[in-house]
Amino acid sequence: MVGFLVRRLLTTVLVLIGVSILVFLIMQLVPGDPVHTMLGQAATAERVTEVRHQLGLDRPLIVQYLDWVLGVPRGDLGQSLTLSQPVSSILFPKLGNTMILAGGSLLICLVIGVPLGMVAARRQYSVVDRGSMFLALGGASVPVYWAGLVIINIFALKLGWFPTSGMHDTRNPGGFDDVLVHLVLPSVAAAVVPTAVVARMARGSMVEALHADHVQMLRASGVPERLVIWKHTLRNILPPVVNIVGLQAGYLLGGVIFVEVVFNWPGLGGQLYTSITAGDMPMIQAGVLFIALVFVVVNLVTDIAVALLDPRTRKEA
Amino acid sequence: MTSATLTKPATTAWRRRSQFRLATRALARDKVAVGALVVLILVVLVAVFAPLISPYDPLVGDPTMRLLPPGTPGHLLGLDGQGRDILSRLIWGGRYSLSVAIVPVLCAGVVALVLGMVAGYSGGRWGELVMRLLDVVFAFPIVLFAIAIAAVLGPGLVNSMLAIGITLVPYMARVVYTATVQESGKDYVEAARAAGLTEVEILGKQLLPNVLSPLVVYATTLAGLVIVLAAGLSFLGVGITPPAPDWGVMTSDGRQVLLEGYAHVATIPGLMIFIVAIAFNLLGDGIRDALDPHKQTGSRT
Amino acid sequence: MTNDPLLKVTGLRTHFSSEHGTVKAVDGIDFQIERGGILGMVGESGSGKSVTGLSILRLLGSGNATIAGGQVLFHGEDLLTKSAREMRDIRGKKISMVFQNAMTALDPFFRVGDQLVEVIRLHQRVGKREAKLKALEAMELVRIPEASRRLSSYPHQLSGGQRQRVMIALALSCGPDLLIADEPTTALDATVQKQIIDLLAEVNRELGTAILMITHDFGVVARLCRTVAVMYRGKIVESGDVARVLEKPEDPYTQKLLGSVLRLHSEVRRVSA
Repeated sequence: MVGFLVRRLLTTVLVLIGVSILVFLIMQLVPGDPVHTMLGQAATAERVTEVRHQLGLDRPLIVQYLDWVLGVPRGDLGQSLTLSQPVSSILFPKLGNTMILAGGSLLICLVIGVPLGMVAARRQYSVVDRGSMFLALGGASVPVYWAGLVIINIFALKLGWFPTSGMHDTRNPGGFDDVLVHLVLPSVAAAVVPTAVVARMARGSMVEALHADHVQMLRASGVPERLVIWKHTLRNILPPVVNIVGLQAGYLLGGVIFVEVVFNWPGLGGQLYTSITAGDMPMIQAGVLFIALVFVVVNLVTDIAVALLDPRTRKEA
Repeated sequence: MTSATLTKPATTAWRRRSQFRLATRALARDKVAVGALVVLILVVLVAVFAPLISPYDPLVGDPTMRLLPPGTPGHLLGLDGQGRDILSRLIWGGRYSLSVAIVPVLCAGVVALVLGMVAGYSGGRWGELVMRLLDVVFAFPIVLFAIAIAAVLGPGLVNSMLAIGITLVPYMARVVYTATVQESGKDYVEAARAAGLTEVEILGKQLLPNVLSPLVVYATTLAGLVIVLAAGLSFLGVGITPPAPDWGVMTSDGRQVLLEGYAHVATIPGLMIFIVAIAFNLLGDGIRDALDPHKQTGSRT
Repeated sequence: MTNDPLLKVTGLRTHFSSEHGTVKAVDGIDFQIERGGILGMVGESGSGKSVTGLSILRLLGSGNATIAGGQVLFHGEDLLTKSAREMRDIRGKKISMVFQNAMTALDPFFRVGDQLVEVIRLHQRVGKREAKLKALEAMELVRIPEASRRLSSYPHQLSGGQRQRVMIALALSCGPDLLIADEPTTALDATVQKQIIDLLAEVNRELGTAILMITHDFGVVARLCRTVAVMYRGKIVESGDVARVLEKPEDPYTQKLLGSVLRLHSEVRRVSA
């Protein structure tokens, strides 16, 4: 167990380094000269060289990379080009908002997806099973930006149950309740695909678990059906379910930009969008790195959780 | 000796032909998959024959008729914010949305096939190293990766295809690599080597067909994701840009007017993306089932 | 009263519905087991012997299997007419069953001791501590070395033979009158097989537990059982004392089954001579 943890942590560190290199390299793909674009057509060659030197863009790539990446643990990610503020001071507050949104979506995903999958498995091949799996197949193909727009149209505009956008009421920003009300529609929109995927997966695992040999033994010992289901098979499917939920966290982090744009949610994704539109390279670089880092950490936590949940990873007593 | 070399290529060719026939027959029995295939073919045909089918010019709008709802006489699906016929834009948009989805999948597939098979077959440390390097890409959420590359390359149809293609290569290569490694260890490869076939022949005639099946299944399902992703890139403004009638662009255009109460402009193209995505996913499921030897006999397991 | 058999099965019929029609897995069989008796049910795969065992405890599931008729009298009461709740009280407590799949019969996510305690507390009104003691007793009964340490092991940490013993311990933990053993030794090594058979014999001797031994191996029957019933295609073609049937089989199928066994033995003798 300890060996597994150590190995996993080492791999994670290597992956994090690799991720930072990859992000840095992607940023070098920009066609044309960013300084030229920034200063406009009228800039003289001298001015361009001057600014380039100021920004440190004339140093060798490796130096630029190291300078940037070594600042990360310190929280220094450079300066935003368009907002004249340190990148970190803009990104850190938004990280929390994105976490709230992701958390809401994951909650929906767990609370609806897992039981749905379990019930469908119990009633295999029934109307409930076929119907819910049909919905799940559809749900897994939904474009999240379209889902967001449709949801806004129905529940915010037509029915007026929820606000159309934002995280707080602009007129009197309240506390917990205010955020909660604003959280509902975006997290539902973001949760459609993950919930569908988790439901299908939970059903599959549950069917397998129900046909396991030890279930027959339990029934032969007189264990009542509700214990067989809720104590034993639920525990059996926990590792694969946790695994897939963790994977969905990754999907959510990738798609968060769409939801935040559609719902004007002030999170990392929305900020990334703004930076892309503005061409603010340091911000884009940092934003992408940030989200990728969170993704790596989430994967690590998921892997550890799955290993802890499965006794078979433990060796001889 | 001579009889072995004579029969070997013949038997494998027969095996492959009959496997293909079995798979096609199994697929034909799957009504859902066939339906999905029909939908996809229809969409492709409509896009190809757009100049003949489209009632109006997708780029020309009549501002006096802007935002009229579906059902307006002469405009089945209504008009958008600039007075352009939505149905026409949808028909022409198929060209953009489909090509920006299918082309990268095909190109990335070819690259991945070569990369994955070479890495998997020559095997050992070198192949593993390449795959480990690709692992870094998997540390990114796939959508984020594509967005990052697209943002950096700039908008445009070709850049979009490039961004998506680059993103897909590692994923497809991994599938090819795993399949190649698995198949390389099997007996028929040993037998082929013993029968005197050259390495290239083994790769091409023996391994390739068996590696192709999982890749085709993966690619078809991936196409479903890609069509949503590509439109998403356009939606964010880092893919295809207005005034092109790409479905993602149309959805983005419609976003502003949705809040004013004109939902059809955004929801209709989005629905189109959804339908094509479902079709690809259903087809992918169907192909996977058809290639599964258990299902081919038609028995319900 | 004490001369009544413990288990008396009459006219049992179990049918499976499949796309090819109805399969009569068990097609009208009669047999009985005395208190403390050991009956061997022998037959090849598909003869219906396993289905018989599952039918007695009504463990066939609600799928395409139905018990189409007959009577299963246990202590004079017909099990086929009992409610689901009553059957649950009987399973594991009055009649227990062990299966062939020792490797996979235990829940891999729970400790061995916990699974024993679960079943014990289900059927007996005892506290946790007492249940643990009973679990330990059961483990010692089946002769698992270092029983108290093994209680906190997970199933994957035990060998196949040990897992089979645990399964037997689980089955015996509440002191059932009848143990149905469905091919308990088939998946095990020859040496372990012998140990399990001897264990079952000892359990029968010490505790007086009756055993219904379902097997395809006449050798096991010869070793362990007192009476035997030979099954073929859902029917019992011959039954009686083990000694008598082995020596003078009357039914041609029984003769064929035994013949192949005897032929093998004589061949072995010839080789080693």
